Amino acid sequence: MMGQGGILARLRRWLPNGRVLVFGIPFIWLLLFFLLPFALVLKISFSSAVISIPPYQPVFSYVNETLSIVLNMGNYLFLASDSLYVAAYIGSLQIALISTLLCLLLGYPMAYAMARAPLHWQLVLLLLIMLPSWTSFLIRVYAWMGILSNQGLLNNLLLWLGVIKEPLRLMNTNIAVVIGIVYAYLPFMILPLYANLVKMDPSLLEAASDLGSRKVNTFWRITLPLSRGGIIAGSMLVFIPAVGEFVIPELLGGPNTLMIGKVLWEEFFNNRDWPVASALAVIMLALLIVPIILFHRSQAKEMEKNG
Amino acid sequence: MARLRNVSFSTVMLVIGLLFLYIPMAILMFYSFNSSRLVTVWAGFSTRWYVELFRDQQLLSAVWMSLRIAFFSATMAVCIGTLAAFVMTRFRRFRGRTMLSSMITAPLVMPEVITGLSLLLLFVHMAQIIGWPADRGMVTIWIAHTTFCSAYVAVVVSSRLRELDLSIEEAAMDLGATPFKTFFLITIPVITPALVAGWLLAFTLSLDDLVIASFVSGPGASTLPMVVFSSVRLGVSPKINALATLIILAVSLIAFIAWYLMRRAEEKRRRPLPDTE
Repeated sequence: MMGQGGILARLRRWLPNGRVLVFGIPFIWLLLFFLLPFALVLKISFSSAVISIPPYQPVFSYVNETLSIVLNMGNYLFLASDSLYVAAYIGSLQIALISTLLCLLLGYPMAYAMARAPLHWQLVLLLLIMLPSWTSFLIRVYAWMGILSNQGLLNNLLLWLGVIKEPLRLMNTNIAVVIGIVYAYLPFMILPLYANLVKMDPSLLEAASDLGSRKVNTFWRITLPLSRGGIIAGSMLVFIPAVGEFVIPELLGGPNTLMIGKVLWEEFFNNRDWPVASALAVIMLALLIVPIILFHRSQAKEMEKNG
Repeated sequence: MARLRNVSFSTVMLVIGLLFLYIPMAILMFYSFNSSRLVTVWAGFSTRWYVELFRDQQLLSAVWMSLRIAFFSATMAVCIGTLAAFVMTRFRRFRGRTMLSSMITAPLVMPEVITGLSLLLLFVHMAQIIGWPADRGMVTIWIAHTTFCSAYVAVVVSSRLRELDLSIEEAAMDLGATPFKTFFLITIPVITPALVAGWLLAFTLSLDDLVIASFVSGPGASTLPMVVFSSVRLGVSPKINALATLIILAVSLIAFIAWYLMRRAEEKRRRPLPDTE
């Protein structure tokens, strides 16, 4: 009896306990499949492209009891020297910024109206906002191809109305890319804003109005500052993915649309230059690290508030 | 007067915004019944594109592939995401908390090209070091999708776990239930709606992904978005409109059922306790 108990106790010490297991499974999965891959991107960005499988030179090699580490800075120097890549980074940031602002300008009043709507309407409106994002992203971008083209529906409508004399050139321009991003990402702006605005204490607004504040004044001095968390979360949910967007500039943009996600895709799939694609990804991540931290903070704050 | 103007401005914007969201989808569906190949010219009603859609073997096998990947990814993502959400909401302080919470929120915004490239490099390195995965395809896409979908599941489930009344779990443990038993008998049944919502969200995210799947897939494994993308790249095709119509109808149907069930649950919940919100 004693022996058996001893074995069990010893076994238990060696087996991971429940707490460690519950923590360990998601932690190790994410460490292995989310964090570790970034280290590999960093490593390959210091490699150089060769024609082989896989198409890059090893960074670490161990020959004749010598560990040699060859760090090739060439990819970064190449990216800095070629104005195409610099222009692509600037273009991505510009397009993402404009799209985020437009999403905010359109999304904020929408979220505001939803939060003030009667309770039984809120669920319906929420589903109506989310439903498009549950269909296919690709197909929603595709829908604009038929609308924006030269003989497309928008041009036909404007010609018929007599607003314009000649068809506008919209398809394959940056305007089309911005429209596509605003269209595809609008629900991601509205949801955090709505979640924030619906929780706002109405007594604050009543107090302001009792003290003689006008509606517009109350909005700027109370509602807007209190919804800062929602604005940050929504804007980051649009801005960060939009910087690296590939599908929208590929389908709606033209040869003059320079966006970094598209350039990375072409380096990887068309030129098969994995090291340059990795260097592009490293720089993109470095540019996005501040917005990502901002987003993380706003999420963490939200979690603490409810907890 | 000022109030009326204020309310009506945001309501007008809401209506405009909804029209902006839905008109392109309505146009897409309308032109799927066009008999002409040109999407912008109406040439009479026809269902020929639906017939052609169901004759397209490549597309049908891609649909089957995508559905399988989405099913397995969503299921695995619910397991991992729920565990992560449980750790974040129930374990107060532990080493690695900040790291875990960063690894949950970062995938929500990470540009897809970065995630795709980084996972591909991981699989290539793994193949070199441990010889697995020798071929990239369904399994590698499944791992990639599970990873980013678990982040979404964790967010959905943790918001439900946070609003849950802790005293029920504490009562169960006071009465002698092990934490394990409490989790399966108390916590899981209470958060089931969130688990279902998380599973459905993960399923649609997996079905929809083009970029990450393109990076981590190998020859021969094409998902539905990959097939649609290669067709759409060449221009507008009414067959894609027909496919879009079917997807929109299926999603609308599920959303309608979800709305109906939620409304019924809400009514049931409100009857005995009229004071809760």
